[in-house]
Formats: sequence, C-alpha cells, structure tokens
Amino acid sequence: MNSISADAESLGPGYLVQGGRTLWSWLATHDHKRIAVLYTVAITFFFFLGAVGAALIRLTLLYPDGRLTSAETYNKAFTFHGVVMVWFFLIPSIPSTLGNFLVPLMIGARDMAFPRLNLFSWYLYMIGGLFTVATLLLGGVDTGWTFYTPFSTMFSNSNVILTVIGVFVVGFSSILTGMNLIVTTHTMRAPGMHWYRLPLFIWGMYATSVVMMLATPVLAMTLALVALERLAGVGIFDPALGGDPILFQHFFWFYSHPAVYIMILPAMGVVSELVCCGVRRKVFGYKFMAWSMFAIAFIGFLVWGHHMFVAGQSMYAGIVFSILSFVVAVPSAIKVFNWLATLHKGTIDFHAPMLYALGFVGLFTLGGMTGLFLAAVALDVSLTDTYFVVAHFHYIMVGGSVMAYLGGLHFWWPKITGRLYSEGIAKFAAVLMFVGFNLTFFPQYVLGYMGMPRRYHQYLPQFQDLNVLSSIGAGVLAVSYLLPLFYFAHSLYRGKPAGPNPWRATGLEWTTSSPPPEHNFHTTPVVTGGPYEYRD
Amino acid sequence: MNVPVPEAALQQQFDDPPQQREAAMLGMWSFIATEVLFFGVLFAAYIICRWRFPLPFVEGSAHTDFAMGTAETAILLTSGCLSAIALRQIQLDRARQSAVLLAITAALGAAFLVLHGMEYHDEFEEGLIPGLRYTQAGPGANAMELFFSLYNVITGFHSLHVLIGVVLLLVMAARSWRGAFSSAYHTPIEIAGLYWSLVDIVWIFVYPAMYLVGSAG
Repeated sequence: MNSISADAESLGPGYLVQGGRTLWSWLATHDHKRIAVLYTVAITFFFFLGAVGAALIRLTLLYPDGRLTSAETYNKAFTFHGVVMVWFFLIPSIPSTLGNFLVPLMIGARDMAFPRLNLFSWYLYMIGGLFTVATLLLGGVDTGWTFYTPFSTMFSNSNVILTVIGVFVVGFSSILTGMNLIVTTHTMRAPGMHWYRLPLFIWGMYATSVVMMLATPVLAMTLALVALERLAGVGIFDPALGGDPILFQHFFWFYSHPAVYIMILPAMGVVSELVCCGVRRKVFGYKFMAWSMFAIAFIGFLVWGHHMFVAGQSMYAGIVFSILSFVVAVPSAIKVFNWLATLHKGTIDFHAPMLYALGFVGLFTLGGMTGLFLAAVALDVSLTDTYFVVAHFHYIMVGGSVMAYLGGLHFWWPKITGRLYSEGIAKFAAVLMFVGFNLTFFPQYVLGYMGMPRRYHQYLPQFQDLNVLSSIGAGVLAVSYLLPLFYFAHSLYRGKPAGPNPWRATGLEWTTSSPPPEHNFHTTPVVTGGPYEYRD
Repeated sequence: MNVPVPEAALQQQFDDPPQQREAAMLGMWSFIATEVLFFGVLFAAYIICRWRFPLPFVEGSAHTDFAMGTAETAILLTSGCLSAIALRQIQLDRARQSAVLLAITAALGAAFLVLHGMEYHDEFEEGLIPGLRYTQAGPGANAMELFFSLYNVITGFHSLHVLIGVVLLLVMAARSWRGAFSSAYHTPIEIAGLYWSLVDIVWIFVYPAMYLVGSAG
C-alpha cells in the first residue's frame, strides 16, 4: 500500500479495483464509494420500474373513456408509481448515492463514521424493495401512495400490509443514512475544515439528514399502526371505535411534507456546486445559502396542515398553516436569487451539468410559485385534488430533484468512474429533458386549472387535447432518461480517462485521483480556504 | 489513560480513539432522537384519544394491574441505576464487577418482560386485548377498546425495546467479563447504557399514562 505514489495525478486503479473484483467484494464492502455505487444501480432499477407505472398512466389518459385499463388497474398503476418513485427513488436518490459518495470526500475523511451501518442501510433498502416488488407480483395495491384511512384500513382489498412493511423497512434505511451523514459531518472533517468552509452540498445533506432522522420515525410508526389496524383491529384510526382517520392524515403529512424537503434540499446543494463551477465564481451570500437550507428544513416541519385544507381541520389551523407555508417561500427565494446573483454577468460554461442546474433553477421556481397558489386556502379549495397539484409537485420533484440528481451524476461521473462521458449527446439529453418535462407537465397546470381531477382514469372529452400533449411529452421525457443509460455505459468502457479534475473545480473531492483510492486520500488533506476559491 | 486502547478497537476511518468515541456517542444520541419521535406518535395519539374520551380511559386504566405496573417500574428503574454503576465500575477499571452489574441489569430486564407477559396473559383472560379477545360491553366499551389498543401497542413496542436491550446488555456483560473493556475504552458499555436509559424513560411516561390514570379517581 505504501508504494502507491502520493501524487494525485497518478491514475491508480482506485476503489473500483482495490477492494477486490468479485461480486462478493461489492456486496460485503464497507467502502462508502462502493455502497454509493450499489445504491446508484438499485435506485436506477427502481426509477425505471416506477417509470413503467407512469407510462401506464399516460397511456391510459390518451383516451377520455379510459379504454386501456380498468379503474382498478389504473389505481394500482398510480399507487405503484407513487410508492416506488417517492420511497425507492426520490428520497434515497441524492443522499444515498451522491451524498454517500461525496460527503466523506468533500470533508476530507477516509470513510463514513459508520461504514457497516452504511452497508446495512443498503440491505434494508433492498429488503424494502423486495416487499414492494412482491406486492406488484401479488396483484398490487390501490390506496394511492398516501395510504389514507379508512380506505387503506377497512375497504381496500389489495396488499396494503405488504406495501406498508416495505415502506417501513426502507424508512429505517433512510433514518440510518441520515444518522450516518450527520455524525460523519460532525466528527470526520479534515483539519482546517470549519463549518463555514464546507461546500454547500454538505450543508444541504446535513439539513436533509436532520429531516430524515426526525420525520421518518413518525411515518414508520404511523404505517405500523395502519398494518396493525388491518391485522389486529387496533382502532386508532377507526371511527367505529372512536378513532380518528384525520389523525392519520396529520401523522402522515407530518412526515410526508418534510419528506418533500428530503427530496429538494440535497438538490439545492448539488445545484449550488454546479452553478459555482459553471460560472467559476464564489457563491453569492454563502452564509445565507447555508442557513436558508436550515430554515427550510425547520419551517418544513410546521406546514403539514396545508395538505388538509379541505379535510375538515379548523379554519384557524388552516390560516396558520397557510401563513407558515408562505414563510417557507422566503428562504427558498433567497436561494433562487443567490444562484441568479452568482450567475449575474458571469461567463457561463454551458456544459451538461450546468444545463441541468439551470433547468433546475427555472423549474424549481415555477414549481415553488405554484406552491404559493396552493398554500392560499381560498385558491386551494378549488385547486385541491386537481391536476394543478400533480403538476406542482412534479415540477418540484422531477423538474427539481431529478434534474439536480442527473446534473450531479454528470458532474461527478468522471470522479466516480474515472472516465469522461461524451459531452455533446449529454447536452442534447439535458435539453431534451427540459423540453420533454415542460411538454408533459405544463399542460397539467392548465388541466388542473380547468378542473380535471387527479386519480381518475376517465375524464371529460374537452380535456383530451392537453392530455395527449402531456402523454407525448412523457414519451420525449422517457427518451431523455434512456439516453444517459447508453452514453454512461459507453463511457465506462470507451470513455477517455478523466484525470483528477476535469472541470477544474474546487473542492477536496477533486484533489484526489479519479476514481479515488480505497481510503480516498493518499495523505490527509489540510484545508486552508473556503469552498469556492475560483480565480480564473 | 494508563491502559492503551486495544489496537483492534479503533476502526480505520477514525484518526484517534476520542474521535471514534465522539462519533459513537453522537450516533447514539441521534438514534435516541429518532426513538423519541417513534414513540411520540403513540403518545400523541394517546393524548388526542384521551382528550376525546376522558372517562373510558380512566375506566380502562382501572382495568390494568396497578401492582404489577408498579413492580415493573421499580424493576426497570433499579436496573437503570445498576447500568449506570456498571459504567462507573469500568471507568475505574473494574471489568468483572462491571460485567456482573450488566448481567444483573439484563436479568432485571428479563424479569420485567416476564411480569409483563403475565400481565398480557391476565388481560387476555379478562378479554381486554383488542383484535385477539375483547369481551367488554356496555357504554364506553368502544372507547375503552381504543385505550387498550394504545396500551398494547405502546407496551408492545416498549417490550420489544426491552428485549433488544437485554440481549445488548448480555453481550456487553460477556465482553466486559472477557476483558474487552477498560477505563480507556468502554464506549460500547456507555452506549448500551444510553439505550437502556431510553427504555427507562419511555416507561416513565407509559407508567402514569396507563396505570396511574385509573387509580387517581
């Protein structure tokens, strides 16, 4: 080991080979980088599985009479799409892949604080995934991803318990990942790496981890109660016993609203890195950027009631939740304005990661603005449960999180694999995704505004044109998702060696070789400056 | 710090033992925070249901076994005290005493589980277990079923935690007996002790909420 040169320029085989070449050496690894790769493979699989659900939805909605599927199949399709995309793709997407890979590298550590726990959380994820796939094979589940009671506890004849167990298990994977990231950030920073020298990606991951840790247990227990109610008649949500179905909604959204921030905060971290590198500048207002993520995470815990404006909560609760929901927009807007200020009058390099980042800023802004429409009680009463809501959260989750995830994957791909992908086709895919996305979801704003309800497989004939447009967009979107599979696979075998720092970016992860050696750094780095010291 | 930390105990990702200890302690405290939220759901449900049905909850609580609950409380709190002394003993390099104390702590935990099992048995006989055997009738019986739902879920999850704690303490006792720990390295004992305190503290909330409400009036 000692004979390896300490020079980062030397292209060693890196972690991809050093830990062993067998399948078992991967499945039993404690190396955070390998675990990140395991996660990437797994979530990519689930992403395309969830996309099949989406394809079924969009195909059905080509026709107003829903001739392609039965109502029951349609219910199962959107439930499967929601469950898989939320818990098996979006929530683990950035934290478990890029976060796992980059956090120790960015803070100058050899590994996560708890490597075995890290691997264990991947196995938990896979076990949860098995339950979900089993559900699909046994006939699916039809409650919607929200498992609202009393439908999920008393009336649904589908595999609710199995799905709920899957989500319960994957929830613990998420809790353990959050714990690991928090402890790693606190205790494993390299000498000189003060809190205000951390890259914003780390701040984003930290804020996310807090939410993961504090919100996910609530979901776990709530879903356990749903399962117990179906199994053993425990009646906490059962009105016949005096239990309260609305209580379920409170508990569920106490998790599931913060869960939105689990999906978007890491994306904000990624985009901050991409923007700074693309314009070769210090981020504008570093401390505001860092603390605004914490503000979002904190206020995010206090707004769950805006999902329940029409569920029978008191008017006063509605007003308070509405005001708090508007308040979340403030730190979010700080971030958008700071990204724009960072870009302002800069020389922007429009490489593929930057295109994704710019797409993120635009789509996140649109998704956030329409969130304000929905946070206004009076408007929400007529917009709730329409396609306006569907369009809104897809702008945040797909336009926001997925864009940032793909941008980050492109940006750090040379670091992860040691090879360059072909930039031309990557740019094409990024632009195609932006176009396909807007083509799919912008018509849904209009449909929702015109009153088309969500979760029906039939609709009034006057909505057909926009639905067809949306389905065509989904096809374009699908192509833009498949393209990276091919050129990434190609780059694995034929890509040019990347060298340690192909983007000439700052940050400790770029000071080590690509792919990094097993313990990340040949010598422990010492940090002497801030995260974005771009000079050229 | 006269005894060196065993070489094998320092994992490769850490620079030195204090860093490893700090990481382990912070990890455990984070875990405790998640557990508070985990049980928090059940206590929130308890508060809401009791606020809605105050009298059936008092009546339900009167059906629980006050003497048993009190004995269980005494047992758990004693065991918590012993686990703290076990930590003190290992800090003073008395590994064997520490091991014995940990084993007694685990035994008390097991005794708690036995007593609670007996309680569940009695409640089954009386028909107080919703879903399995619930035979109460009359006004308020439905809301009382809600009380027993919560009682069983909360004590059930708590007992699961006790069971895990007992196993954990036994492992620590065995390792301490074999000399794995010393005043320089005893983080696992400290962490197991923290976990056991969590088990205690959850019970300190369960006991008044489930057993004392009924004997108050």
